[in-house]
Amino acid sequence: MNMTAIFINALAVVCLFFALIKDRTKTKQALKMAVISFFRISPTVLAIILIIGLFSGFVPESQISKVVGENAGFRGVLTVAFLGAILHIPSLVSFPLAASLLEKGASITSIAVFITTLTMIGMVTLPLEIRILGKKLALLRNGLSFIIAIIIGLIMGAIL
Amino acid sequence: MKKMSKEKQKKGLVKDMLFLGITLAVAVVLLLMFPEKREPVISSSKGFLMEMILILPAVMILMGLFAVFVPNDVIVKYLGRSSGIKGIFLAIFMGAFPTGPLYVAFPIAAALLKKGARISNIIAFLSAWACIKIPQELVELQFLGLKFMITRLLLTVVFVIVMGTVIEQIVLWSGKTNGHEQTS
Repeated sequence: MNMTAIFINALAVVCLFFALIKDRTKTKQALKMAVISFFRISPTVLAIILIIGLFSGFVPESQISKVVGENAGFRGVLTVAFLGAILHIPSLVSFPLAASLLEKGASITSIAVFITTLTMIGMVTLPLEIRILGKKLALLRNGLSFIIAIIIGLIMGAIL
Repeated sequence: MKKMSKEKQKKGLVKDMLFLGITLAVAVVLLLMFPEKREPVISSSKGFLMEMILILPAVMILMGLFAVFVPNDVIVKYLGRSSGIKGIFLAIFMGAFPTGPLYVAFPIAAALLKKGARISNIIAFLSAWACIKIPQELVELQFLGLKFMITRLLLTVVFVIVMGTVIEQIVLWSGKTNGHEQTS
């Protein structure tokens, strides 16, 4: 068990402790929600973990670094930005996926861009966003998010 | 209303199970066809599975606690009347706490818009909700490390503020040139 995992679990225990002191019934409700969402997200987590395994077994590292590696250039960055914007996978699951790609030779820039567009931009939910917030705000938010995701990625690639 | 969302949830679960089933079937077929790949595939999957199992329950508990102790109307109450630098940081902070997918935040943002909250704050709130979630940052910390997580977090906060301001200016400016245009 590494330090981060210990830290996260300790944090959960501390929060749980204070929540119990503050309000017993609310805490019970929160735990119930936790159990439900755990089982709700499990199939996706398992599927992505399987895909990661298959990826590392069948896709050679040279192929991954050619598409999203240091030498893939700006076209590679644009590709992952689009992938992140279109794909609809829970962000929690995207981190192990990103870590495995990083291990296999993907660049920091493309990983950062991928995670940022994946979380900030929702092509699937865009119609809903337009209906609720209006066309102007929704399109501006998604469009500018795409640009800042690429800027964030490029800066991260430069300094890390 | 509640029943409908429950039904929708059930449908989503079926879809996810189907996705898992197909992935599993593909994996089994591939590994039967290429037995020499079994070892690397299984050991890699197993490693990530272990890392996930160690943190996922804790992350889910944190998300459950946030959801119950920070209800949506509290957010609307505080954000509707705040402004300036303090407002934008409050917006980011408020967006980072509650959990749930982004589309849950849209109605909150719409309520804020109606209440007359600044557009820059609403954009900051939505963006924080999308990508500065605290449980999410913890998972990022676990898999990508402290340096990666902190750098991306700081850059995101900075650019989210910039983006909020820019969008606000564009909306105000286009509102001036096009006459009065409602965003409803």
